[in-house]
Amino acid sequence: MVTFTLNGKQVSFDGDQEMPLLWYIRDEAELTGTKFGCGVAACGACTVHADGVPIRSCSTPVAAVEGQAIKTIEGLSTASEKAVQSAWRELEVAQCGYCQSGQIMSAAALLAENPAPTDSDINAAMDGNLCRCATYHRIRAAIHEAAKRQTG
Amino acid sequence: MNTTNDVTAQNRRTFLKVTGLGTAGFMIGMGLDGFSTAARPADGGEIIKSVYNPFVRVSSDGTVTVVVNKLDMGQGIVTGFATIVAEEMDANWGQMDWEFAPADVETYKDSTGVQATGGSRSIRLEWDRLRQMAASARYMLVQAAAEAWAVPASEISVSDGELSHPSGKKGRFGDFAVAASKIEPPAQPMLKKLADYKLIGTRLKRLDTDEKTDGTATYTIDVALPGMLHAAIAHSPKFGGKVMSFDDSAARKISGVEDVVQIASGVAVVADRYYVARKAVEALEIEWDFSEAETRSTDQMFADFRVMTNGPGTVARNDGNVDAAFAQAAKIVEAEYELPFLAHAALEPMNAIVDLREDECHIWTGSQAPQGDQLYTAQIVGLPLEKVHVHTLYAGGSFGRRVTITGDYNKDAAMVAKAIGGRAPVKLQWARENDMKGGKYRSMTYVKMRGGLDQNGNMIAWHTVLVTPAYAKGTPFESRFIHDGIDHPTVEGADINPYEVPNLKLETHDPEMGVTMSHWRSVGHSQNGFTMEVFMDEMALAAGQDPVAFRRRLLADHPRHLAVLDIAVTEAGPAPTGKGKGRGVAMHESFHSYVAEVADVTLKDDGSYSVDKVVCAVDCGLAINPDNVIAQMEGSIAMGLGAAMREEITLTDGEVDQSNFYDYFPMRMSDVPDIQVHIIPSAEAPTGVGEPGLPPIAPAVVNALRAAGAKPIRKLPIGDRVEV
Repeated sequence: MVTFTLNGKQVSFDGDQEMPLLWYIRDEAELTGTKFGCGVAACGACTVHADGVPIRSCSTPVAAVEGQAIKTIEGLSTASEKAVQSAWRELEVAQCGYCQSGQIMSAAALLAENPAPTDSDINAAMDGNLCRCATYHRIRAAIHEAAKRQTG
Repeated sequence: MNTTNDVTAQNRRTFLKVTGLGTAGFMIGMGLDGFSTAARPADGGEIIKSVYNPFVRVSSDGTVTVVVNKLDMGQGIVTGFATIVAEEMDANWGQMDWEFAPADVETYKDSTGVQATGGSRSIRLEWDRLRQMAASARYMLVQAAAEAWAVPASEISVSDGELSHPSGKKGRFGDFAVAASKIEPPAQPMLKKLADYKLIGTRLKRLDTDEKTDGTATYTIDVALPGMLHAAIAHSPKFGGKVMSFDDSAARKISGVEDVVQIASGVAVVADRYYVARKAVEALEIEWDFSEAETRSTDQMFADFRVMTNGPGTVARNDGNVDAAFAQAAKIVEAEYELPFLAHAALEPMNAIVDLREDECHIWTGSQAPQGDQLYTAQIVGLPLEKVHVHTLYAGGSFGRRVTITGDYNKDAAMVAKAIGGRAPVKLQWARENDMKGGKYRSMTYVKMRGGLDQNGNMIAWHTVLVTPAYAKGTPFESRFIHDGIDHPTVEGADINPYEVPNLKLETHDPEMGVTMSHWRSVGHSQNGFTMEVFMDEMALAAGQDPVAFRRRLLADHPRHLAVLDIAVTEAGPAPTGKGKGRGVAMHESFHSYVAEVADVTLKDDGSYSVDKVVCAVDCGLAINPDNVIAQMEGSIAMGLGAAMREEITLTDGEVDQSNFYDYFPMRMSDVPDIQVHIIPSAEAPTGVGEPGLPPIAPAVVNALRAAGAKPIRKLPIGDRVEV
């Protein structure tokens, strides 16, 4: 049995403890904003926060998040997180949109830790998130825009 | 045209909202045709959606719904179509909504006869029809208002979603939605003039942005039907391999496994959860029969391709007399190019849901060719075509992968549904590895080019020999692509070579391949645009001329090609100077759009390099959504850079060497240079932008590296280092 919080709500799961957190989130908690892309922590589509740190839920056994606070795209709520999403909207970042939950989670975690990231900070924080539509320009611009708003 | 009142769900999203399902998965609650369930909004009232024609509906709450007969896989077609309709109806952008059309070829085929998305042709081919449908709907609303107000229709004006009459009477679309649907549509509706456009050409909010920013957009992977089972599959590790025998005893012991079935393409596990199905697939022990499989390595394939060029090919174009011209040439340049297989690697691994019932079948998937899904499924499950219904969902990327010209993941889903006797709806989900190793790649291509210059440095002869597989052969769509022995997607770009070279010959060879191939963003242009534009620089160099000036002389009668070339070069400004700096230019027409790109690079002594900046000029006729044109260019350039620099699928003894994103490397954030896009102002009819930005980038980068001092680069990917 594993117990943790998911978007602020306490949850517990007594099924297969080796099951990746991704499938708990999608199939058990029925939160489908977090996506499956590679299954091996190589694309970032499944990124969620564990105690504020971005993790790849596809390669994290559900047992490993015992006692942690897990946050998914559906749980974004702070002013900084909302600023990220509104910058994403205004700059029309998404194309197919499939990777964007993961991109936004990585960006939100970056900004929570570093309110004014440089381009190289952005590269370091975002290189784990693939976007096959290659919306990288707008992702970078949206992160800068969100940073400006939360500090300015 | 028949108009009917149709009491419907306002749209999928409203339905979700009103039934309170929120994020708890996407329950299919709409009627079978997608249009026949009443929605009950929070206030308990009923929204009446009136059908004006197959493309436009107006609801009693004023919502204008555009029925989109294309797949939106990120290219923004939903917003593009809605913009055209809103403009022609004089609607307010805020009242626009949309839904995907069902697979219904008769109603929704384009002027080429198919219901499919591809070839960057959605805007180009639907521009006239959408305007007519919208203008017709607008006429009907005006007539209804005229009847209600007892005034002449000619005195009513429409602006920003409001109908008004000089007497002071005003009304919204919703007020007349039902009455208007009973008006006889006009035979030939009047279309707006370009000068009166208010929405086209402006920056409008994409209709899909919100749901793609908060995680609520619904892709195939997100659909949950009541009682649905999940399937995962093991495919042959070699193309053409078949299951000889398998042992599923370990797989069946895994809790949650419902069934293990052998189908034509492999062995599938059906389980209560995808994770369980996947785990069980890993536990299968399968013996494969490779007696009819492709067993060559890609190196061997290239060697075989090279040999083919010794014999005569099929002639796709033959201007003047190349042999005579080469006999007179003062200088002859020869080059051979090798281009690898490429994976689409769309981020949503391929998937489809099939609900096979007693006398009908439903498919939920994001398909570029729902007509194909319908056909294959009907054949597999043994139902008439009209009993197979395709419900289109967003695709998490596609780039041609979901064209499904020969079918694969969609066939897997139908075969599994049939194998389990339709006892439950089944979602077939490929793993990334199924996708990466699953074929349908951009064709591997070998190209031999020969060019002749006269003593004044004029290009007088150009002979191109292509070796690239005709992958439409043997498919139900063969006649669409193959005429006169030529698979047209393989020669595209080269067949319309705009350079005025008086003696020009294009020959093709079609090698037999066990590997499956399909359309990959820009299709034949991705190969032909590359070789043509790299060869142009090689010829300019041999002629001792500036590559841009050399091109300009050969494009005298091609103003649109010239314009993009000139604008890209001008906007790029002075070329960077200094050690290792290089600039390359490439221009290519694809799908009736014209794009030129200028790449600036820095080459180091050790052969490593960086792409520092790309400037792009695009002429796509009238730009419907300029911001989306820019987005598509940015994305195409960055995707094309991956193909230029490091993407390739290789085979060793018939097995694909790559399997996931740790050995197949699309561009990432830190790889992408500064990209600037300039749209040529134009009043020409609009053309597509999903693909044309891609072909020029690889040759622009190669030309830039050459200019910076690299040895000739004639094989992609370039790799991390070049020879200096």
